[in-house]
Amino acid sequence: MTEMEGRWLLEAQYGRAPGDQPSVAEEGKSSGVLVYTIGLLLAVILTATSFWVANTSLIWAPGIALGLAVLAIAQMGVHLVFFLHIGTGPDSSNNVLAVAFGVLIVFLVVAGTLWIMADLNGSMMPANTMMNMHMQH
Amino acid sequence: MNIAVEIDALPREALPAASEAGPASKRIVVAYGFWIFILSDIVMFAALFAAYAVLARATANGPGGAQLFSQVSVAIETACLLASSYTCGLMSLAIRSQRRVGIYVAAGITFALGAVFLGLEVREFADMIGRGATPQSSAFLSAFFTLVGCHGLHVTVGLGWLAVMMAQVAIKGIRPAVERRLLCFALFWHALDIIWICLFTFVYLMGVRS
Amino acid sequence: MDLLGKLGWSAIPLDQPIIMGATGFMALFIVFVLGWITVKRAWPYLWNEWLTSVDHKRIGVMYIVLAMLMLLRGFSDAIMMRAQQAVAAGAAQGYLPPEHFDQIFSAHGTIMIFFMAMPFVIGVMNYVVPLQLGVRDMAFPTLNSVALWLTASGILLTNISLAVGEFAQTGWMAYPPLSELQFSPGVGVDYYLWALQISGVGTLMTGINFVTTILKLRAPGMGLMRMPIFCWTALASNLLIVAAFPVLTATFAMLLLDRYLGFHFFSIDAGGNPMMYVNLFWVWGHPEVYILILPAFGIFSEVVATFSGKPLFGYRSMVAATMAICVLAFVVWLHHFFTMGASANVNGFFGIMTMIIAVPTGVKIFNWLFTMYGGRVRFTVPILWSIGFMVTFVIGGMTGVLMAVPPADFQLHNSLFLVAHFHNVIIGGVVFGLMAGYNYWFPKVFGFKLDERWGKASFWCWFIGFYLAFMPLYWLGLMGMTRRMQHYDNLAWQPWLVVAALGAAVILVGIVCQVVQLGVSIRDRERNRDATGDPWNGRTLEWSTASPPPAWNFANLPHVTDKDAFWSAKQRMRTKQASLAKWGKYGPIEMPNNSATGFINAFFAVIIGFAMIWHIWWMAGLGIVGALVTVLAFAFRDREEVEIPAEQLAQFDRAHPVEVMA
Repeated sequence: MTEMEGRWLLEAQYGRAPGDQPSVAEEGKSSGVLVYTIGLLLAVILTATSFWVANTSLIWAPGIALGLAVLAIAQMGVHLVFFLHIGTGPDSSNNVLAVAFGVLIVFLVVAGTLWIMADLNGSMMPANTMMNMHMQH
Repeated sequence: MNIAVEIDALPREALPAASEAGPASKRIVVAYGFWIFILSDIVMFAALFAAYAVLARATANGPGGAQLFSQVSVAIETACLLASSYTCGLMSLAIRSQRRVGIYVAAGITFALGAVFLGLEVREFADMIGRGATPQSSAFLSAFFTLVGCHGLHVTVGLGWLAVMMAQVAIKGIRPAVERRLLCFALFWHALDIIWICLFTFVYLMGVRS
Repeated sequence: MDLLGKLGWSAIPLDQPIIMGATGFMALFIVFVLGWITVKRAWPYLWNEWLTSVDHKRIGVMYIVLAMLMLLRGFSDAIMMRAQQAVAAGAAQGYLPPEHFDQIFSAHGTIMIFFMAMPFVIGVMNYVVPLQLGVRDMAFPTLNSVALWLTASGILLTNISLAVGEFAQTGWMAYPPLSELQFSPGVGVDYYLWALQISGVGTLMTGINFVTTILKLRAPGMGLMRMPIFCWTALASNLLIVAAFPVLTATFAMLLLDRYLGFHFFSIDAGGNPMMYVNLFWVWGHPEVYILILPAFGIFSEVVATFSGKPLFGYRSMVAATMAICVLAFVVWLHHFFTMGASANVNGFFGIMTMIIAVPTGVKIFNWLFTMYGGRVRFTVPILWSIGFMVTFVIGGMTGVLMAVPPADFQLHNSLFLVAHFHNVIIGGVVFGLMAGYNYWFPKVFGFKLDERWGKASFWCWFIGFYLAFMPLYWLGLMGMTRRMQHYDNLAWQPWLVVAALGAAVILVGIVCQVVQLGVSIRDRERNRDATGDPWNGRTLEWSTASPPPAWNFANLPHVTDKDAFWSAKQRMRTKQASLAKWGKYGPIEMPNNSATGFINAFFAVIIGFAMIWHIWWMAGLGIVGALVTVLAFAFRDREEVEIPAEQLAQFDRAHPVEVMA
């Protein structure tokens, strides 16, 4: 074990830096590459599926958007777990909490904006009447 | 004055819980701080995403996503970025085992893949502008160019950062400070790929559908 | 002259005497200060000890100095507006033409929120939080310095707009279409946008710094539930900064793209949507007011507990209420534009959420009241500000809940009732809290107390002046007067506006009292010296250090065993009669090196901002290159830390023995 790894092991008792991989002592020498490779393969499969879903006529049309969304979330999950090692390791609660907080804020901003703007749009004059009023000036 | 008790005098039996163990190590502090920065960056992208979603249909009787987006180009871009995320992971492994050559090689491939991604994106933008689909022609195009362009800008900054980091590895060696910065770079690069997932799914694939 | 973009001699408003007068006054002040420093040969000291300092204490003080200067600027805007509205009734046009009046209310809002309240709050948090956490500095000291100086850049740009060019005439929110190039072709909106984008980057850095410090850097034994409440409110406030400021950055970026490159985010043609700006602006805007008020709540928690001689009532419920406000702050923003045309469902949802957010605030008020109940309250200046806050803020909160009802808001939106409400909560809440904190922590920062008599005088003037200035506005709002009126025809309004102007004058007396208080305190500093480091019999760790603390705060990090760490340590010392002469072991410690990065980077930020405003593209390019070089120079520096030898630590502690109050 190198001096660096010894230091990491001590610190690992108190949590790991986000994005940091498990130390060699925790994990074993070769499994580092394995984790990244599995992540890559999963991501490739999910990405290819996304492209297929977007182009196929086999799926009910309104379901395509949902399917793409689910696949996107799955791909993000693969990245977080296999590339960023989130959730693994001792006392990663702060790191996971940060992700959860971020997800909450993103949801509120995007969903809130879409809901409000769609609602406001519903109160707008129909487009052709609006054009007529424009023309009259 | 000193009413304190030094850490040495702590009873040895019970190791305190992480939240009571005192200040965290520099590595954890730096990486966590950068993690929070990435969170803020993602919120910024969320605002741009929200704007895009609101304006996605506002094509002002001009071309929309279905007419403009090339799935082949997007697929290659996605492959490049995903692969570069993988090679970035390999670079992190090389850093952990202190293999300099491995670091340079992995970084070089990451850089090349990122550069290909950027090149394709620039060509895509130039194409669209050449066909008259400029960001000034409609709200949809303004939002598209800004959202995707902002991501591309981040990738460009990332490539510049990677180049500087390789210079630091060469000049300063793999010091703790340099390691911490490379850890932050890896966080940044993976986060950019995560944002790209949202981009190619919600902007390109859904855009082509409609 | 293409080389200087839009800039020319006509940019200086020589034909406007009031502006030239103000500019002249500011220029004189700046020359005087610079001259005084030069005469005293203080430039090396200033550079080494302050401008390049990365010490959170120094940075905190500089933030507060900036904030107090901008309070004077923002308040003069207020006096000018009150004076105008007191006279401009019926046939009289007042002394301010509309274009000038519009710049004044825009500058007033922008300066008071971004360059007075934010820096003041951030400055207090900067000084106090690491001390209360029992650590030596923030997580990222150099980043802290960069953030401070970027804020200063924003301030400088805003003040330059007085002399060169103009400021926005759109109000501090800069809604499109008015803020689009088509309707605001001048540089005013560009000054606003660039100043705020630059300082916004700094604020975001501060948010990251505090969240990391509070979550990852605390003294041994200080679990989250043993942290002082001020640190909890600082955490919540900075989480909001991290979550909300990026939205503002994105929104301003979109408006900048519209103005500079002809994009169509918020334009009235080609599919643009001006209402989306309003929505996104307030997604940031509502959390912003909680960013300001939460630390003020934290200050009150500390002050009330200390001067009641009792632990804070309901620590756990305070924490829960704080974090509840933090989350709820993100689901109420539509109440700022109920009248923009959303349906009843949307308005109703946000109206109800707005009413719900009043509940945790009420919990806090009750906790403070119960803390005082049964305690031996010492009526010092900070407690006066706190009691003043409790009365004033509750009134302001009630009018807020009133406007949370959409049908009521349809009557009151953008009237003076609204103006009265938000000044009620910001002045009664944020400003009163900052004044309490200023008086409370001053002895720790400078080593001597502030004069009590002048402090009480300033409080009463502020308190009475506030009510005189703003209660008439509630009534005027109900009578139908809209905000931002340069002139009005309804003579029935005038008497109330005269009273309001009188109120502003009383507040001015209050501010003068504070300036006098500072002068008198400096004159009497030996008499008011704080020799013990603990002038108020405090409860938290900052009072365990000398006044002022050494650069390293603590020679050995304290080991914490419960809440109110210092208080419980004092109790243990009294009962055990431990000897104060028992010094701990000293070892050398490493402190971060000073760095000019922040200051130099901010210099280039001003260059970039000014160049972009005036369309001087080559200058902007140079500024960007300069900033990059500065960052790279920092990245490649070799010496990051300086070592402080153990003997120096021991020497300091021996020179500053502390007696625990009987």
